[in-house]
Amino acid sequence: MLTAGKFLLVLALVLSAYGIVASVAGARTANRALVDSGRRAVYGLALTLVAAFAILEAAFLRSDFSFSLVATHSSTTTPVFYRATAIWSSQEGSLLLWATLLSLWSSGVLFVTRRRVREIAPYATAVLCGFATFFVALLVFMESPFQGLSAVPAEGVGLNPLLRHPSMMIHPPMLYSGYTLFAVPFAFAVGALITRRLNADWIRTTRPFTLAAWFFLGIGIVLGARWSYTELGWGGYWAWDPVENASLMPWLTGTAFLHSVMIQEKRGMLKVWNASLVLATGVLAILGTFLVRSGILESIHAFGASTLGVPFLTLIGVMILASVYLVVSRAPDLRSDSRLDSFASREAMFLLNNLVLVAMCVIVFWGTFFPLISEAITGEKASVGPPWFDRAIVPAALLLVLLTGIGPAIAWRRATVANLRRQLTAPVLVALAVLVFVVAIGATKPTSMLLFVFAGFSLGVVAQEFVRGVRARRAMAPESVPVALVSLVRRNRRRYGGYVVHVGMIVLFVGIAASSAFQKSSDTDLRPGQSVNVGGYQLTYEQPTSAVVAASNGRLERIDLGATLRVRRDGKDVETLVTKRSYFPSMDPTLGPISRFFEGEATSEVGLRAGLLRDVWTVISPSLSGLRGRIEEGDKVFEGPGAKLDEAQRQAFLAQALTGLADSYRRNPPPATFRTIVSPMVTWIWLGAIIVFLGGLITIWPAPRASQRMVTAGYAARVARELGRA
Amino acid sequence: MEVLVVLVVHAAVAWLVLAPLRPGHSGAAEAEESAEHAELEALKEAKYREIRDADLDHRTGKLSDADYGTLNRELRAEAMELLRRLDELEAVRGARAEAGVRAEEAPAEAAEPAPAASAEPAHAARVRDDDARRA
Amino acid sequence: MDPSRKRTIRLVVALSAAVLLASALIYTSFTASTEARSPSQLLAGAVPGKSYELTGKVAEGSWVKRGAVNVFSVRDREGHKSVPITYSGQVPDPFREGREVVVTVTKQGDRWVGEKDSLVTKCPSKFQTEAPKT
Repeated sequence: MLTAGKFLLVLALVLSAYGIVASVAGARTANRALVDSGRRAVYGLALTLVAAFAILEAAFLRSDFSFSLVATHSSTTTPVFYRATAIWSSQEGSLLLWATLLSLWSSGVLFVTRRRVREIAPYATAVLCGFATFFVALLVFMESPFQGLSAVPAEGVGLNPLLRHPSMMIHPPMLYSGYTLFAVPFAFAVGALITRRLNADWIRTTRPFTLAAWFFLGIGIVLGARWSYTELGWGGYWAWDPVENASLMPWLTGTAFLHSVMIQEKRGMLKVWNASLVLATGVLAILGTFLVRSGILESIHAFGASTLGVPFLTLIGVMILASVYLVVSRAPDLRSDSRLDSFASREAMFLLNNLVLVAMCVIVFWGTFFPLISEAITGEKASVGPPWFDRAIVPAALLLVLLTGIGPAIAWRRATVANLRRQLTAPVLVALAVLVFVVAIGATKPTSMLLFVFAGFSLGVVAQEFVRGVRARRAMAPESVPVALVSLVRRNRRRYGGYVVHVGMIVLFVGIAASSAFQKSSDTDLRPGQSVNVGGYQLTYEQPTSAVVAASNGRLERIDLGATLRVRRDGKDVETLVTKRSYFPSMDPTLGPISRFFEGEATSEVGLRAGLLRDVWTVISPSLSGLRGRIEEGDKVFEGPGAKLDEAQRQAFLAQALTGLADSYRRNPPPATFRTIVSPMVTWIWLGAIIVFLGGLITIWPAPRASQRMVTAGYAARVARELGRA
Repeated sequence: MEVLVVLVVHAAVAWLVLAPLRPGHSGAAEAEESAEHAELEALKEAKYREIRDADLDHRTGKLSDADYGTLNRELRAEAMELLRRLDELEAVRGARAEAGVRAEEAPAEAAEPAPAASAEPAHAARVRDDDARRA
Repeated sequence: MDPSRKRTIRLVVALSAAVLLASALIYTSFTASTEARSPSQLLAGAVPGKSYELTGKVAEGSWVKRGAVNVFSVRDREGHKSVPITYSGQVPDPFREGREVVVTVTKQGDRWVGEKDSLVTKCPSKFQTEAPKT
């Protein structure tokens, strides 16, 4: 099936190139048939790429090692779920996923708009096909997923065990969905600028896709953070790593865009700003895709320095130049319909919100690319670490939380003092109450306190909005409170879904603030029976654990060494935590068969007690010094007399040797190093994220539409009545 | 097997993409109408949303009485204009249905244009009806 | 005050604020940054007490764990000059001899001390560097 895959990719390349030509030619000659054909080329592209993806997926699932990609990223011992998702742990597979997702969303938006925005759609099609051509060309000419191996190996290399976590496998598709979905508003913005159709129509039409992009990218980012916290032996959820930052930047500008378009829709303002913002978001999405695989910045994520740098930078350069040209040359068409009346107005607050979000993006951008910037300026490559990022972002984050409260409460056009008093009194009181509470529980750090106070204020505003909205609804129709609430949200999904998103973001920020400012951690060596005190908890190393694990096909997969710890607080038992380190064998044939297990990859299993108020987190780093002797002896046995054994016997002896090793670890456990962290309110981060996504769903959910029949019937009845009267 | 997959995909794609270019592809005029209809419907929905938003803003004190009055009048006028254009479109469609070009579901009443004078209050009333129907 | 004058003032205020914030950003980043060095560069000349970001590969055979302290050497990517580091705290999961790492170090006396939690091991793009066994 390798050749089939290659053929399909070439077909995809032809289709995407045809899509560009047909759409542009059709638009310029007003030939509807050509435009339709160009649009259908995108549907065909989606079909072709899905077929190619399916071929690759099938190869992974049946462990077909004649596919080079399968041999280097999967193995027979890899569980089925991870075999299926191993595709995108590779450069080639992830590019294919990117292209496939792009073609699917493009088909979706073009199908939905096949009868709408007809002047813009052809150019948008051309842009989307342009992206597709780029990625498919990479797949055809540079990074083919359908490379074959002339000598088919019996066993594959296997998936990096660090990636064996459900979050980790869903994280890339979520991120790529976000990036590729942002290509849609980018493409339509370009189309709108080219055709000079710059009213809010293209924004309205692509809004569901922009929301979906924001939604999926956000999920991807949070999944990455959660994976980092629960799987890595580090204990943090965000490291300001270049690749993490690369996914955050388009999300920040995307959030800004979702807010500022409301101003354009309501007052016809900020057209240049909106166009620039959505174009920048598209550029940042491609930049994010590029950073992961470029190797130009030191990052934990790098796929490795690759040859893709030049093509990607060229694409980004073209996108930036084209965007600047379009916005500048269409500036007269982008003039605002109205002006800002007062700084104390919702328009101004939204603009300020946008400025803060863009400022955050600039900060993250600067810090991420600082090594390259400093090299260009001073000749020395220097980098800034998490403390710098934290210090720079915190003021912006504080302002953002405050604006989340002021924005919805303040009036349009010009807020009067009376108006402000009516809207802000109750939330300010809530904020003061929070201040009193925070001081009472003994918190002293000013930035955290400020965050909690602003959070109280903004949550107060949201609560007030819901209360007043329900009251207004009940004034219009006699409904009970719960029914009024539901119909209020249903009729104003965008607004109230947005409020729910705000609640989620505030909860998330509170969680971040509390867990970083008030965290207690320690790294200690413990023998069984010894304890360590951290953050009010006492952790006692109870017992060592060990196991030798085989995969479903009988092959030895890994050896686990770990511990159980008893957790106590104020003398009372709270929980027993289990933590371990799993050692996966290396495939290096120069290593002895037993030491191979300890020279490959190792992953940590975190012992975590998550609570609403506090998390207790611990991870073990066992000492292998005691086992070294036995490992070396074992290797020698295999080298000498063991060399004459056949495969099945070797496996049996290996299992025996490893089990013996595991047993000896349990019997004579050396002291192990434990990292223990007690952080308050980490769970609020995940809860906040869930609330954000629920709010997002409310906003995205299509509103009920009055059917055409009903409208006509109403009109007919009206007309009949009018005619009867006349 | 491989050859089959490749051939099938190529054939399906070729048929899909080249279909519009074959002569005798479905009528352009109807496609145009249906496009304009979809466009107007979408604009109408958006306009209704704006009217509701303004109403809620006014009730919760974020829009002054004067501003709300002006805005509400403006938006409703724009909505009525959209309804008028939709009606025109429907009239054309109805006429075509009568001529028997294609079976449509346009009701017969639409073919009789109501007198212009009574169309205005009818539109205003329809905007209110549509609005209420979204409860 | 007529509206256009008000707008000009607003614009000036906004731009001044932007310039101020940008300057703060630039200044803090240059003063708070650590320079990147390879092991041979570090050995050639380093200011005691100043932090540097050391990038290189973990020298084979150099990793020893002494309780909660890890001792290893970082060598040039292509070369043999290496710097011995004392790093207190757990090493990240992917840490292996021969892997590329980045760590912030300071010269204290005649020892190189690695800053806690500053050690980053690069995720290898392939699970291993050799072709799989047949």
